[in-house]
Amino acid sequence: MTLYVFYFLSFLAVLSALMVVFSRNPIYSVLYLVITFFCVGGHYLILSAEFLFAVHVIVYAGAIMVLFLYVIMLLNLNKETEPQKKSAYKFAAIISGGLLMLVMVAALKGAETARLNFGAHEEIGLVKNLGKMLFNEFLLPFEIVSLLLLAAMVGAVMLGKTPLKETQDATRTNSKSAEQNALNIKNVKQFTNE
Amino acid sequence: MNDSVNQVVQGVPLNYYIWLSSALFVIGVLGVLYRRNAIVIFMCIELMLNAVNLLMVAFSGYHGDGAGQVFVFFIMAVAAAEVAVGLAILIIIYHNTRSTDINVLNKLKW
Repeated sequence: MTLYVFYFLSFLAVLSALMVVFSRNPIYSVLYLVITFFCVGGHYLILSAEFLFAVHVIVYAGAIMVLFLYVIMLLNLNKETEPQKKSAYKFAAIISGGLLMLVMVAALKGAETARLNFGAHEEIGLVKNLGKMLFNEFLLPFEIVSLLLLAAMVGAVMLGKTPLKETQDATRTNSKSAEQNALNIKNVKQFTNE
Repeated sequence: MNDSVNQVVQGVPLNYYIWLSSALFVIGVLGVLYRRNAIVIFMCIELMLNAVNLLMVAFSGYHGDGAGQVFVFFIMAVAAAEVAVGLAILIIIYHNTRSTDINVLNKLKW
């Protein structure tokens, strides 16, 4: 039963991952990526990592995908604006990807994984156990990650601020030129009246 | 005792997860090589990160060690930071060049 669920989720994940790469419209790519993320989340559930499932759905499907969609809509990207590589480059890309897959298959084919120590581990994925681990053994990395997120937030705000200033300058110059225009029109009107 | 292992994990061999993760990772690499739109390249990087995450959770579940899952948590935080900064940079690039084509950005090329 679980195996069938696994096959279904894997098939869907790989298929939609391929569609992310091969669909022309970036919005379709994002939507297929959401399907892939939900399939990976389903795998987390199969592996009884419930906490990670929740975090994965919230962070990836909730936050990152919304960010991607937002940017795509902000930049007004669609099929017509989509740059295409030459077909020779596309062919080379597919060949290199196939070669990488070949290397991985060759490297992992004889791997012995059947001798792992199987046990009843279904409770390690719960919030209680992961939280204990996170706040005892991994306390320092946890704090460093919070610093990293703060730095990323400040960086994103700073990066987003620069064009704002430019637009302010642009509007200022625009209004100046508008005044000039009004003055010119006034002059022209006076001129034509006379 | 070992016969009453987690019924859910028992159903799927670890090998299958290794194959699935390699497939997802290779698709991500293929996407980075295949596309020219910087946003889609970002998405393919996310795909690769997800493949690694899935493999880590699988190993963690099979070994009964929670450290792998904590690492996946950290990787997710780093991915979120990366996407936020990357998309901000991308918007600035779009403001300057009016496109998200990576071939426009060839000024550092010899």
